[in-house]
Amino acid sequence: MITLSNVTKVYKAASGNVTAVDHVNLHIEQGEIFGIIGYSGAGKSSLIRLLNGLEKPTSGEVIVDGKDMGKISGKQLRQARQQIGMIFQHFNLLWSRTVRENIAFPLEIAGVQKEERMKRVDELIQLVGLQGRENAYPSQLSGGQKQRVGIARALANNPKVLLCDEATSALDPQTTDSILDLLVDINKRLGLTIVLITHEMHVIRKICDRVAVMENGKIVEMGEVLHVFRKPEQPITKRFVQQVTEPEETKEAMLHLLERYPNGQVVQLTFVGEAAEQPLITQLIRQFDLYVNILQGKISQTHHGSYGVLFIHLDGANEEIERALAFIRQQEVEVEVLANVE
Amino acid sequence: MWNELFPNVVWDKIWAATMETLYMTAISVIATFVLGILLGLLLFLTSKGNIWENRFINGVIASFVNIFRSIPFIILIILLIPFTKLVVGTILGANAALPALIIGAAPFYARMVEIALREIDKGVIEAAKAMGATTSTIIWKVLLPEALPALVSGITVTAIALVGYTAMAGVVGAGGLGNLAYLEGFQRNNNDVTFVATVLILIIVFIIQFIGDFVTSKIDKR
Repeated sequence: MITLSNVTKVYKAASGNVTAVDHVNLHIEQGEIFGIIGYSGAGKSSLIRLLNGLEKPTSGEVIVDGKDMGKISGKQLRQARQQIGMIFQHFNLLWSRTVRENIAFPLEIAGVQKEERMKRVDELIQLVGLQGRENAYPSQLSGGQKQRVGIARALANNPKVLLCDEATSALDPQTTDSILDLLVDINKRLGLTIVLITHEMHVIRKICDRVAVMENGKIVEMGEVLHVFRKPEQPITKRFVQQVTEPEETKEAMLHLLERYPNGQVVQLTFVGEAAEQPLITQLIRQFDLYVNILQGKISQTHHGSYGVLFIHLDGANEEIERALAFIRQQEVEVEVLANVE
Repeated sequence: MWNELFPNVVWDKIWAATMETLYMTAISVIATFVLGILLGLLLFLTSKGNIWENRFINGVIASFVNIFRSIPFIILIILLIPFTKLVVGTILGANAALPALIIGAAPFYARMVEIALREIDKGVIEAAKAMGATTSTIIWKVLLPEALPALVSGITVTAIALVGYTAMAGVVGAGGLGNLAYLEGFQRNNNDVTFVATVLILIIVFIIQFIGDFVTSKIDKR
């Protein structure tokens, strides 16, 4: 559906050239929810704007639904854009128009007749769950409701692709979840390809099929979300994964525990998919002559299965600990022994 | 009682002068509104980072606006006498005041229009582009409606300035309440005429301000 080959975007500035997107290669399948994560300034907003021609690539090719978005212009570009919906962090609604009129705007642009327009707007209001708010102005809506209007507006012309530019970053956690649920629902029901950029791993974890990690304009890591969660390779990816798997205070607590239990080992176990549901700890205690102390644990649900992290303290004879670790490794569970840092 | 309080006031003349002032103000406000929005839009669209970014055109319009905005109105009237004679055929009467009124006020309003347009969230324009809107759709359906409250409050301020300008134009022969206050009031030392003319101008200004505020509050949905 979307193919980027060797795409580079350079901005000319007084202080020198800035390479926002640096030789990016990317392929996104039809019907996929694809996430791009990175800190601010990583180049992800430039990247998403290349997809609907709001920015033109300095070099390379951007193909969306068979059209070269870097080359086409004028009427062709405008028509291609009608097939690509976009939602924004700050919603970007017209405050002078009601909910109904905002959603009708892209239909007016596409030249849809008034009667049909009204019918379509009603369908969209149903789809995003804004019944009863049709005649409200944006200033009378909550953030979540505004983003629902944004989504309805983006879907008005039955696009094939939906671009989400930090669509949930201005929303509180509950509202974020309800908007993400809506996006998944739309993706399933309409078979829409969704590309989203974000700096929150939570968003990637919850709805994405695949993820690309961006740093300094480059894609440094890319893959299935569950895979990236299990085996993050780059330091930046590890940091993003920690956002959802490890609470802030984990590191501090671990250091404290390593100090308090100089004997034995503190071990981090990582479970993926079905392994997360096995009674591993019970087996450990029954089969080995060890004291097992659970320090901290968390299970996260991704779009394609669950993913868990557990910190335990094993105390006993060294050989017994080694045997236990070997046993755990056989169970499709990742094991990392945390060394005493000091 | 009225005649005792205002012995020198001829009410028919006052009425005629008021009508002339209203006529000059109304026509010049309408023309200023159209011309100012046109110039303001051009200023905005050709400025840096916008749809028709063009430093040359922007520079030309900006200098035109700045020059005509800076010339004191009373001097502008005199400078425009040849032009007025060419266009209107005379330099006396209400119609002869119109070219100077419009050329004096339109650049002033154009700047206000430009500021109003710059206040619009860039994201909204970006969203319209992302939907595949043409430039004319962006102008008619995004820029002007989104800036409308500021455009209306701007034209209110400009209209009030124009009432003042018509009075100045009156002194050099354009008719209206300013003309009356100057010729009948000041030069013949009839203070009651000057007083009545002033009160009427104040009433006109208050009415314009009231209408402007009312319309702005009605259309502002922010």
